Amino acid sequence: MSKPEPKKVITHHDKDPDELRVIGRPRRRVDGRAKVTGQTVFADDMKLPRMVHAKIVRSPHPHAAIRSIDVTAALQAPGVLLVLTGADMPIPYGILPVSQDEHPLCPDVARFVGDPVAAVIAETEEAADAAMPLVAIEWEPLTTVASAEEALSTPEPRIHEYGDDGNVHKRIALQFGDVEESLGKSVHVFEDVFFYEGNTHLPIEQHATLAARDGDGKLVVWSSTQTPHYLHRALAKALDFPAHQVRVIATPNGGGFGGKSDPFNHEVVAAKAALVLDRPVKICLTREEVFYCHRGRHPVKMRFRTGTDADGNITAMDLETLLDGGAYGSYGVASTFYTGALQTVTYEIPRYRFRACRTFTNKPPCGPKRGHGTVQPRFGQEVQLDKIAVAVGKNPADLRLQQLCKPDTLTANYLTVGTIGLRQCIDAVVDGSSFRDRWQKLPEGRGLGIACSSYLCGAGLPIYWNAMPHSGVQLRLDRMGAVTAFCGATEIGQGSDDVLAACVAEVLGIAADDIHIRTGATDTTPIDLGSYSSRVTLMMGNAAIEAAERAKTLLVGAAARKLGIPPSRIALADRRVFDVEDPEKVGMSFRDACCAAEAEHGTLGTVGSYAPPRSPARFKGGGVGPSPTYSYSAAVVEVEVDPVTGWLHVPKIWIAHDVGRSLNPVLVRGQVEGSVYMGLGEAIMEEQVFRRLPAKMSNAAVHKFPSMLEYKSPTSLDMPEIVTYVIEDPDPKGPFGAKEVGQGPLLPIMPAVANAVFDAVGVRIDETPITAEKIARALDLRDKGKDARVGPKAFPSIDWPEGLEVPPPWEGGDGRATNDPKAKHYRAPEERGQEMMSDAARQKATAAQRASQSKSGRVSKEVRS
Amino acid sequence: MNDGSPPDPTPLGRKLLMELHVNGETQEVAFLPHETLLEVLRERMDLPGTKHGCELGECGACAVLVDGRPELSCLRLAIECGDAEVTTVEGLIRDGQLDPIQEAFADLGGAQCGYCTPGILVTARALLDENPSPDRDEIAEALSGNLCRCTGYLQIFESVEEAARVGAASSATGEVTS
Amino acid sequence: MMRCRPFRYHAPRTVAEAAKILRGEGPDAMVLAGGTDVIPNLKRKQFAPRTLVALRRIGELRTASDDGLTLGAATTLDAIARHAALPEAHRAARIAASKVATPQIRNRGTIGGNLCLDTRCTYYDQSAEWRQAIDFCKKAPGPHGTAIETPVEQGICWVAPGSPRCWAVSSTDAAPALIALGAEVTLVSADGERTIPLTDLYADDGMAFLTKKRDELLTAVRLPAAVEGWRSTYWKLRRRGAFDFPILGVGAALKLDAGGTVEAARVVLGAVASRPLPVDTSGLVGGPLSDEAIDAFAAKAAGPAKPLDNTDFTLHWRKRVVRAWVAGALRELRGDDSEEASLLSRSAARIPEPLSV
Repeated sequence: MSKPEPKKVITHHDKDPDELRVIGRPRRRVDGRAKVTGQTVFADDMKLPRMVHAKIVRSPHPHAAIRSIDVTAALQAPGVLLVLTGADMPIPYGILPVSQDEHPLCPDVARFVGDPVAAVIAETEEAADAAMPLVAIEWEPLTTVASAEEALSTPEPRIHEYGDDGNVHKRIALQFGDVEESLGKSVHVFEDVFFYEGNTHLPIEQHATLAARDGDGKLVVWSSTQTPHYLHRALAKALDFPAHQVRVIATPNGGGFGGKSDPFNHEVVAAKAALVLDRPVKICLTREEVFYCHRGRHPVKMRFRTGTDADGNITAMDLETLLDGGAYGSYGVASTFYTGALQTVTYEIPRYRFRACRTFTNKPPCGPKRGHGTVQPRFGQEVQLDKIAVAVGKNPADLRLQQLCKPDTLTANYLTVGTIGLRQCIDAVVDGSSFRDRWQKLPEGRGLGIACSSYLCGAGLPIYWNAMPHSGVQLRLDRMGAVTAFCGATEIGQGSDDVLAACVAEVLGIAADDIHIRTGATDTTPIDLGSYSSRVTLMMGNAAIEAAERAKTLLVGAAARKLGIPPSRIALADRRVFDVEDPEKVGMSFRDACCAAEAEHGTLGTVGSYAPPRSPARFKGGGVGPSPTYSYSAAVVEVEVDPVTGWLHVPKIWIAHDVGRSLNPVLVRGQVEGSVYMGLGEAIMEEQVFRRLPAKMSNAAVHKFPSMLEYKSPTSLDMPEIVTYVIEDPDPKGPFGAKEVGQGPLLPIMPAVANAVFDAVGVRIDETPITAEKIARALDLRDKGKDARVGPKAFPSIDWPEGLEVPPPWEGGDGRATNDPKAKHYRAPEERGQEMMSDAARQKATAAQRASQSKSGRVSKEVRS
Repeated sequence: MNDGSPPDPTPLGRKLLMELHVNGETQEVAFLPHETLLEVLRERMDLPGTKHGCELGECGACAVLVDGRPELSCLRLAIECGDAEVTTVEGLIRDGQLDPIQEAFADLGGAQCGYCTPGILVTARALLDENPSPDRDEIAEALSGNLCRCTGYLQIFESVEEAARVGAASSATGEVTS
Repeated sequence: MMRCRPFRYHAPRTVAEAAKILRGEGPDAMVLAGGTDVIPNLKRKQFAPRTLVALRRIGELRTASDDGLTLGAATTLDAIARHAALPEAHRAARIAASKVATPQIRNRGTIGGNLCLDTRCTYYDQSAEWRQAIDFCKKAPGPHGTAIETPVEQGICWVAPGSPRCWAVSSTDAAPALIALGAEVTLVSADGERTIPLTDLYADDGMAFLTKKRDELLTAVRLPAAVEGWRSTYWKLRRRGAFDFPILGVGAALKLDAGGTVEAARVVLGAVASRPLPVDTSGLVGGPLSDEAIDAFAAKAAGPAKPLDNTDFTLHWRKRVVRAWVAGALRELRGDDSEEASLLSRSAARIPEPLSV
């Protein structure tokens, strides 16, 4: 059977801004009114008749076996209707097919303080809360594993029975070209170890879920989730309930940032209780419980060995990362790959080796937070580049500019980069901040730092393997001129409802707020995989354009026949369908066109769908990193540092982001500034850290401060002035040329702060958060004539497996590993020996590829705030 | 006027019936003496517009106006509100018109996920009532008790400034905006 | 949602009536003023009073004397921050009040409440479930928390497990400022009224941190009349511009003569011990406020400060910062040009001018 031709995707990226009536124009977002009137219904705002409430009893032990659970007393407490335990839901689930390691309630072992063990369902939340201490649990404490290093040195007891071995969840080793050979030949080799502390999303809305049986017995679950489809799958599995009899409705999320992307135990618990009791069951987590849900930034230790030529051009990079994964898999395997996937898409790296290791520890599970897995190594890479610039005597902006990736090329690890606006981004922030005039020239205590980054516009592969679209949009048009757009995408504040409306409205020539938006409901809307990996604008947007183009064809055909002119002369704009040669006189209202089309074709409905292009990577692990295209960002941060106390102040940040095209400039700026804000928090104050009591006295390992008071999220008084530059160079892959904007601009902030601190006082803080106390410590070292640096001293020795060898494209590689015995195309080493390119041939091929790149014109917009 | 006097002391675990004055309306509400205004608004008065993010005074999401001044409804017992006029986000709409501050937040990106928005809107309303043309520092200070994780605050500041401009323009023409 | 557990609620109309109820209820009663400290602690089950005695109906607790120097204990922090009648010499009181928590909390929280603020500790200011995970601590040795008068022998202080005492931290902003100003407080019980220097209200113990008896009510704060030549400030160190409790507070008041010689000085440190810590200022008095004098004094002032690992930031850094912060506060009082203010003074002493002075 022959494979069908890849579908041609119409994106309208080449439209002139003047042609566009909706796209690119600042507008009130379609859900804006509801959000300012209090009408937006978040999950905990919902109430149903006969609704009851659930609370979850959680483990007070970081690691302990459950000997027995006695629920008798709790069941007799006033108002209590049901107590669930692990035995009631024995089927495990998890977001990734390779780590189905969670249970709604722990059946046998609890793996961190806060792991769910039992659920009490009562007439009121207060009654459920009061009965929780009556659930009698007999525990057998197990050894506490509190850090990644401890996990490496403590193979027993295993936190999970699966994984690579001991408490190592996953090891990865990939090599693209002979890195040691290149490092050996490099003029300089820079070796640096960094540590990126864990932190969490802290959405202001606490997770909440309401579950009920519909009148016909089906299960309905409303939840503050970013991924209703994945939740749907997990519910069907964990409850052993027919998937087609479940509907999941994602309520608008009061902030997500990745923290509501997993199917959660409380969601399954509420659903189970609703099925058992046949009553609506609500659960709303406390803030402390939200810290236990976590799935935030992994703490990552990393070592970079980077070779350069005399000018600081990278010749090869060898990256090792060690992740503290917490107690469960979550997205962890993907996170682990992401700690090495995107190093190659900003600067040319001819040869690249990447090895990563994720460990299990007795702490809340880590997962995807804004910039998923790429944030930590980006910090290391960009700080190391700053060190390289100083070492080779270059301005760090120039050092970057001289080795940017070229558009429309393959990287060493087979990522296809599309448009690259990074040069324009760097120019914008460098000019805006007078970086060339002020870097290294400000008085002691003041400094500037620069850093860049890149991010995905949607993951190239879904979470579970399938060949179906990643996003679908369905349109319904009727004789009232009403258009309803349906899509499974989830509004988490980022503005996806507005993107959907804008794309459809632009094509159909109506206003965005003319459209009824129905999103995030698995019963009524076509599937979209969810609001993660910055995928929604590109994928849903393209599906929306396809659906709208199909609807437009119906309207144009009917209108053309009615007006007696050829369809090619018909245009749609300003709620009219008209003859482009006589717009005023020959035409009809949008509503009349709908009537004509409905009369001609019957009920009007169209669909559109989108699946990303196939990646050229053919090696195992090559599925993480590919994206239809990548966004780019650059930032300059200015700091002031008190030379005695190390007190750090950030007065101003310049940020430029290559968004392809702004669909709604108001929202684009909001995403950029929000990313800067969150990045700044991670850079200078936020950390999800734990307190291990003295081991000889206690097993306890607790979240140090699961509260909004002590987990430091910057306030309005901590926000610097921000100058935002939106770089627009429409990308053929994006809807109307748009790329992502929700995550990328976060990435350069942390390294830019670190680099600015070095410029201000000459000390290196090679870990996050960059706090006054660390700066003060480094200042002391500086004053004593020691290495003025605070950061990890060494990278632990890890027993790496033999890596997959994938020759880069310019060394004759075809995207396959040459030494993967499991792969179909495997050939023994002696067979492939002669095919390896000589060093000279490789350099020639690289040079040819670099030469073939063309420059394209860019538009830069500056927005001052 | 009824100052909402409950029995003193209140009996343990028994509900009181009290009049509360919220958004210009008076409702008789039954609740327990240990319930906060937040719980009573959301769970007993069908006013879920007021949000909660911590219930411990650490985020500002539950801010409401009490006699025109922003306070945290999670920290104030409802039993102590009988003689007060409470305004929630639902009360900002007057005569079917959005408050200029609501218009500005909707138009200028002041609300992203919208969850901190109700608390910020009422707090900003109180600021403008007291100081019709605040500068950027005064706005940042007034909103320093309302955490927002989405916006980075700048579009919030601009929204308040826009509302102040609109307010100034309409009061120049003699209209009353609040 | 975090909720309070049931309690009985009293709202007496007079101080005398309140004192009578407190006497009658014994240790099971707690006073409720603004509630911004008590309510979160109740929700976290740090204590379990059977009765709350609310002060909201007692009008006399909200009045200020005509000279503006006696403040009812239920005066809100916001009112103090904006208190136009306070002499400029007492500026420290306004700064301290304006730096507590957030605007919403200052609209509700009271000066009496801030002075009686429960001591804080990252092992203690946690939910009952969290505290269970560390097997509780001395200050709240069980799932229902405790009254403040629990026997000290019970439980461990995780901050210093070998220590017999509790090391929770005095975290009031108002106290260091007001002690520096020489404030007195009035305490009323069923037995009558007494007035003591504010500094005597405190004891250096995380649990028994107030000398006030359980059935005494703090009714008023009295500031001395302003005397020519006095000036004061309050420097607050915290990570963020709002919300955070102090990890260091410096209340400082000085009397300088016309020639710039220090005639009298009071400096008090907050958040470095279980009580506000007055610093011996004898070394400063009688000399000019020179850079050398300031630095020598600041170095000495840092000596008794004992930060421990139970607040934000590390204890070593907090100790180190005391010196810079004390010096900064004194330099500000010397009149160093505020336009040229250092990064530290911009972070520490920035005061929004009262909106309606």
